Amino acid sequence: MTAAQASVGGPGSNMGGGLEGPKERSRLRALLLGPNLLRAAWVTVASGAFAFGLVVFLRWLQNMPVLEGDAITTVTLLAAPLGFLVGIGGFDYWWKWMIGSPTEPEDHSMHGARSWRDYFRINTDHKVIGVQYTVTAIFFLFVGGALAELMRAELAQPGQQIVDSNTFNGLFSVHASLMIFLVIIPIFAGLANFVIPLMIGAPDMAFPRLNALSYWLLPVAGIMMTASFLVPDGGAFSTGWTAYAPLSTDAPLGQNFFTIGVQFAGTSSIMTALNFLVTIITMRAPGMTFWRMPLLVWANFTTSLLVVIATPFVAGSQFLVLLDRTLNAHFFDAAFGGDVISYQHIFWFYSHPAVYIMMLPGFGIISEVISAKSRKPIFGYRLMALSLMAILVLGFTVWAHHMFVSGMFTWLRVPMMITTMLIAVPTGIKIFSWLATLWRGVLELSTPMLFALGFITMFTLGGISGIMLAAIPVDIHTSDTYFVVAHIHYVLFGGSIFTVFAGIYYWFPKMTGRMYDETLGKLHFWLTFIGFNATFGPMHWIGLEGMPRRVADYAEKFAGWNLFISISAGLLGISSLVFLYNMVVSWKWGPRAPGNPWRAMTLEWQVSSPPPIFNFDEIPQVVGGPYEYGVPGAVHAVMNGDRHKVAVPAGGEASAGEPGTGHGAGNGKGAGNGNGNGTVTRE
Amino acid sequence: MRSRSPFIDVGVITVVLTAIGTWVVLTVPWLPEQASTQAGPMDTLYNVLAVISVFVFAAVMAILIVSVSRFRRRFGDEGDGDPIHGNTGLEVIWTVIPAILVTGAGVYSAIVLNDIEEPKAGTRTIVATGQQFAWTFDYAGEGVNKAGQLHMVKGTPYLVNIRAKEVLHSFWVPEFRLKKDAVPGMTTHVRITPNRIGSYAVVCSELCGLGHATMRATVKVEDQASFDRWAAEQRRNSPTPAGGAAASSGGGSS
Repeated sequence: MTAAQASVGGPGSNMGGGLEGPKERSRLRALLLGPNLLRAAWVTVASGAFAFGLVVFLRWLQNMPVLEGDAITTVTLLAAPLGFLVGIGGFDYWWKWMIGSPTEPEDHSMHGARSWRDYFRINTDHKVIGVQYTVTAIFFLFVGGALAELMRAELAQPGQQIVDSNTFNGLFSVHASLMIFLVIIPIFAGLANFVIPLMIGAPDMAFPRLNALSYWLLPVAGIMMTASFLVPDGGAFSTGWTAYAPLSTDAPLGQNFFTIGVQFAGTSSIMTALNFLVTIITMRAPGMTFWRMPLLVWANFTTSLLVVIATPFVAGSQFLVLLDRTLNAHFFDAAFGGDVISYQHIFWFYSHPAVYIMMLPGFGIISEVISAKSRKPIFGYRLMALSLMAILVLGFTVWAHHMFVSGMFTWLRVPMMITTMLIAVPTGIKIFSWLATLWRGVLELSTPMLFALGFITMFTLGGISGIMLAAIPVDIHTSDTYFVVAHIHYVLFGGSIFTVFAGIYYWFPKMTGRMYDETLGKLHFWLTFIGFNATFGPMHWIGLEGMPRRVADYAEKFAGWNLFISISAGLLGISSLVFLYNMVVSWKWGPRAPGNPWRAMTLEWQVSSPPPIFNFDEIPQVVGGPYEYGVPGAVHAVMNGDRHKVAVPAGGEASAGEPGTGHGAGNGKGAGNGNGNGTVTRE
Repeated sequence: MRSRSPFIDVGVITVVLTAIGTWVVLTVPWLPEQASTQAGPMDTLYNVLAVISVFVFAAVMAILIVSVSRFRRRFGDEGDGDPIHGNTGLEVIWTVIPAILVTGAGVYSAIVLNDIEEPKAGTRTIVATGQQFAWTFDYAGEGVNKAGQLHMVKGTPYLVNIRAKEVLHSFWVPEFRLKKDAVPGMTTHVRITPNRIGSYAVVCSELCGLGHATMRATVKVEDQASFDRWAAEQRRNSPTPAGGAAASSGGGSS
């Protein structure tokens, strides 16, 4: 506590007064006390030491043996990350404001990136944060992928070869946790962070400092979950990402790295979601009505609502596990009147909506890519937006379909089956509308489009197997088998990750200012597409045949397919190296990207690549829909200086046709965020 | 530009893919052999859903394939597609038809569910207890307890009461198609009528710790005479014949 206070107070007093003494000393002080990784390191250590001292002191007061590893580690897991966030500078501004130090609203010293070093410090620029999110998520994609390759190596043959069953259980638990909490959820937040303010014509997110803080929670969660392998007694958490009680409440220390790690990842996603909501509601450019927003913005709006409503439930479920584990709270201990099934209800009340949190932003990306690459307006734009809302509502009514064989209250099963099946309707609307958008378009089959089309095929398969799993009698046989493993990977890999790749390739020129290599991109797509299907396709069959999931060993009759799957997984791993090479080399040496290489109409393409530091020299005036391809003379927005040339149409006749065109105008002014150029005069 | 309507291509490809897919779905033995009366209707449901799925997937693929081949950008074409913003009729159709289809599938599934969980006359009761990492079976009626194997008489309806000692397990016999979690603190139930003589495996399908992958027990479906011989042998070897009754009336885990 004291260490943390001193460090936060440090830079304020440091910068305020006139510095005396030699220059080196002040540089050293800035290095140690300024918001940077070095300060983060020592404050983290200090917080850890404080946690250690606190536990030892409290245990000494209670006459307990003072050096108890589990208690010390648990309190450190809570305290050290907070120290890290303080050290990196996540609270500096608020702290200064709180203690009455002078704060400057126009202070942009933490904004924008001038060198790669700026990505390793706290930064309030949504574009920098977007890149930080995306790169961090890709890093963990490779960590999680490596864990999957280890699993497949073990599963190549029946029996035990390279890891014991405890390590194996740790591998799939950490794999799933990283892929969900550190890859798919944050990578969408990263892409959206970069793109959304640009798309709605805003200079930044509504709360840039909160945005920075929510990013830095992420590496904390990722390192914590990955580091659980280092726990000497029992290793990584090994109860699956579902962490079902009472297995999780009785598990060794590693489990706490999950229960606490989830808190940090969850806090990060709640804060980001709030930020998106406020940004989308209040910071749209003049003329950007809800019915003129690109579907990516709609998708993230819906997703953010899901996150804000659902995520507290997973946080709660893991807190209850933590309380059971550390304080013997007996929430889930049947011997003391606890209820085991209630864990699953709370957990899935988040974790089913989480499936849509991991999918809806991808729907948004696909809409952007397919419209721009087919050179056609999105077919049925309004129904596309409304179907997102339908998924949002229905998404909260289906959680118990994960529990058809759990022994829960039997009456609940059939209603949950019907709602689950009905979710196929809005999802089907999206698939059919994309297909109709392709129809009679001018399809440019570059890498983002290939991934978008690959997504449609793979996600349709994943959706179909989802319907089959929703049918209770089929689910009774297939739940907790490899059929489910196949289904979730078709939805989350063939679905979400394909949209992520589509999005990364699509916005790569915008984010980096460089073009990626198209040939390598296509190679990456085909290797991934083939490797993916060869890996996860056969899993449907071995699941139906009777192979349960989450097993390090299996019956001899599954040996052939498992070997085939493991080899295919190797191919899939190699395909990701093509991606990595393309990204790294293109970012460094790729040809310079023009502002709008795809001739797209949405706002982010109307500025330079990469965009200027506050996005727009002048906040644009939106005059029409975002996807008016092929409509003669249609424009989405009037940009800098051109305003006098175009008479702003009163009703925006080229758009989806909303009478209240000027509705968003008042919002644009508030969006200035200290950028003097941001004010708009309306004609 | 070819003159044939692209819709005809879509139709042809859909029919061909559906035919191939249906043939694959119905001829490949996707599921293990059926060893319970419940497995029959469940497999029929699976096949019906699979065939519908094949058709839906074939239609989606056909539209995709035709779009990619017919509407692909030709070199140097800088033009745009037709500015079609939507078609309310079409949108209503692809909202309503899937809704009817999935509701139908839901109703059919509910009927099958009701069917397989129907209590039958002459049902015998077995208590299956999961513990890390083994199953034990108590037959209160026959005075057999803590048996390591599950023996069932062919053609007899059974109610299996499932319990767990310390953590969750799941009782699953793939050949029966039936599964139910074993939950500490409560008793769950599954109804099975085995109808095929043979030896199968009870597979634990809920992660239960280190030995989860090897938590298996043997199920033997046999005729009444073989079952009686086995039960008699069990009673001889068992030191506390009354234990089974006590176990079946007890509360939660100890």
